[in-house]
Amino acid sequence: MQVKSMHFKATSSMKLNDAVLQAAMKKTKGKFVDGRAAAVAEIDVWQDIRTHAASLRDRVINNLDAYLIEFERNATLRGAVVHWAETAEEANAIIVGIAQRNAAKIVTKSKSMVSEEISLNDALEAVGVEVVETDLGEYILQLAKEPPSHIVAPAVHKSKEQVADLFEAAHHRPRTLDIPSMTREAREVLRSKFLGADMGISGANFVIAETGTTLTVTNEGNADLVTTVPRIHCVVTGIEKVIPTLEDFATLIRLLPRSATGQNAANYLTLTTGLKQPGDLDGPEQMHIVLIDAGRTKLVGSDMKEMLRCIRCGACMNHCPVYQNVGGHAYGWVYPGPMGSVLTPTYVGIENAGDLPNAATFCGECQVVCPVKIPLPDLMRKWRERQFDQALRPFSERFSISVWNAFATRPALYAASTKIAARVASWWGGKDKLITWLPGLDGWTDGRDMPAPAGKTFRELYAGRLSQPTRSDRS
Amino acid sequence: MSARDNILARIRKNSGREGLTTGLELSQVRTHIARQERGPQPSIARDNPVARFIQESDRLKSTVAEVDRLADVPQAAAAYLKQNALESAVVGWPSLSGLDWAAAGITYENRLACGEDMVGITDCFCGIGETGTLLLLSSPTTPKLHALLPETHLCVLSKARIVHTMEDAFQLVRTERGELPRATFFVSGPSRTADIEQTIVIGAHGPYRVHIILTP
Ligand code: SF4
Repeated sequence: MQVKSMHFKATSSMKLNDAVLQAAMKKTKGKFVDGRAAAVAEIDVWQDIRTHAASLRDRVINNLDAYLIEFERNATLRGAVVHWAETAEEANAIIVGIAQRNAAKIVTKSKSMVSEEISLNDALEAVGVEVVETDLGEYILQLAKEPPSHIVAPAVHKSKEQVADLFEAAHHRPRTLDIPSMTREAREVLRSKFLGADMGISGANFVIAETGTTLTVTNEGNADLVTTVPRIHCVVTGIEKVIPTLEDFATLIRLLPRSATGQNAANYLTLTTGLKQPGDLDGPEQMHIVLIDAGRTKLVGSDMKEMLRCIRCGACMNHCPVYQNVGGHAYGWVYPGPMGSVLTPTYVGIENAGDLPNAATFCGECQVVCPVKIPLPDLMRKWRERQFDQALRPFSERFSISVWNAFATRPALYAASTKIAARVASWWGGKDKLITWLPGLDGWTDGRDMPAPAGKTFRELYAGRLSQPTRSDRS
Repeated sequence: MSARDNILARIRKNSGREGLTTGLELSQVRTHIARQERGPQPSIARDNPVARFIQESDRLKSTVAEVDRLADVPQAAAAYLKQNALESAVVGWPSLSGLDWAAAGITYENRLACGEDMVGITDCFCGIGETGTLLLLSSPTTPKLHALLPETHLCVLSKARIVHTMEDAFQLVRTERGELPRATFFVSGPSRTADIEQTIVIGAHGPYRVHIILTP
């Protein structure tokens, strides 16, 4: 997917004034947050499960080479072909090659954020393959020619009216705004694609080293058809998705749907292990698994390696006040919200995504809800520090921070200057005691007034209070 | 060097390890895997599995009926189909084709399900109490499509085969089957989506209805 993260600031202002988006964001916010809270409350050992999950992910990340080799061995024993791709281009070339060698005309796809990363659809379409997204959200976006704005609910930014317009134009059926009817319409239109496809492409929520299994977690049943009906099944996933055992999957699946959508269980978990067996009436004759690096090894062994624990649940964005206001497209690449603010600079370069680690209020909620305990605010802070060290932030920002540093590290100078500043600000507020404009900060004061300070600094007031008798002294 | 070698080499270099992955490291990984260590179990997982299965099925919008013997399944299925004004032509697995469907007024076809079939009937490997989940394992006589393509999925499950947790289910697969089949398919209720305005709609690409008939 084309990187547009460098336009974060400009896009955000646009999104804040987009009435349809704002209405959509308001509607969904409560559903995700309340749903998760209720589902989590039912599990008495939630914190223990999080700790266990974080440590099992760390175990793999710290021995990633050995776990990948073990996964490859077991997948190969069952007849799958494991491919490795260092870059997006290599991955696309492998998958296009598989499609062409098998003369595939129609490819059905279930939702895969990795395939969005590498722009797989464009690569397949360029050689004349028809690609059909089958997750309802992804299907809507394919019609709209838009990228997803959320990793779990990709079309969360679209209103039903917008979807109705898209369906009417594509399906040539009478327009309806009834959501169940719209869903049925998509089911009917996509049925023939499911049954007619030569090749199915899915992502993998995890791959299991013990058994050589790849697996999908869905609610719609689309991934289950994509991995069952066509004669070729191709899995595209990141190298960090490997987990050791089936037991580890059982642990992670207690966390994933609850964190993502507030469900106790996702509707369908399909574990695919190898090929159609002799006598089987359904299932693929070929299975290809494409393991992609595309930036992931940069995180291995780094001071941001915890990010590789991510199980792509979306809870961090659902709970992020910045995401809730600007939506996913503002982030300019596949991964929005706090996890995107850490991943995007790693995968596409900090010089292309410099605003993302700064798009945080540092409220810390993302870390609290992250099922695998990724210290997201710390990781964003690390990006900020690196940007500062590499002089990648604008001069004005670096200059202000240096000035601040000069004052903040010299207590006497700090006290003297804040004393003056408090008095000036008090005078600036006039008789209404409100600051309505500040030179150089009009972007901030345009939308809000600030009460003027009392004229004395906190330290002055505090010193004054200390010199007065306290209540206990008086009694 | 291949992409595989480069990726593995980068992983090792960044993890501060020299050379290729060693035999010792691989055997440590295998030893850890062989322990099949379970994570913390929530107390809901210790509930009576049958009672919990029924309760969770309801939350998932699956419906549940109970019969006293396997032979009563066709009558129970017919009652459900009639009550919901559904077709009495069904496509099912061979394992259930020996029951007397005709006596219950049902036409039972023992073949692979296709896009036009409205009702699919299967049994399953086991049920999971914690989440109200059905586990179906693929084989020549148990194709997955019966549970996916038709708008209604009827599933026969023996109460004796309801285990507490997914961990228990995996253990049962290991004991009885040795290894995972091609498709290990966990079904928790009818298919659904919330992709338009986060409004939950039951019935997406899979079934609109899942009806479970419990046998002893
Ligand atoms: S960072 Fe944590 S909360 Fe965010 S998507 Fe990943 S696992 Fe979920």
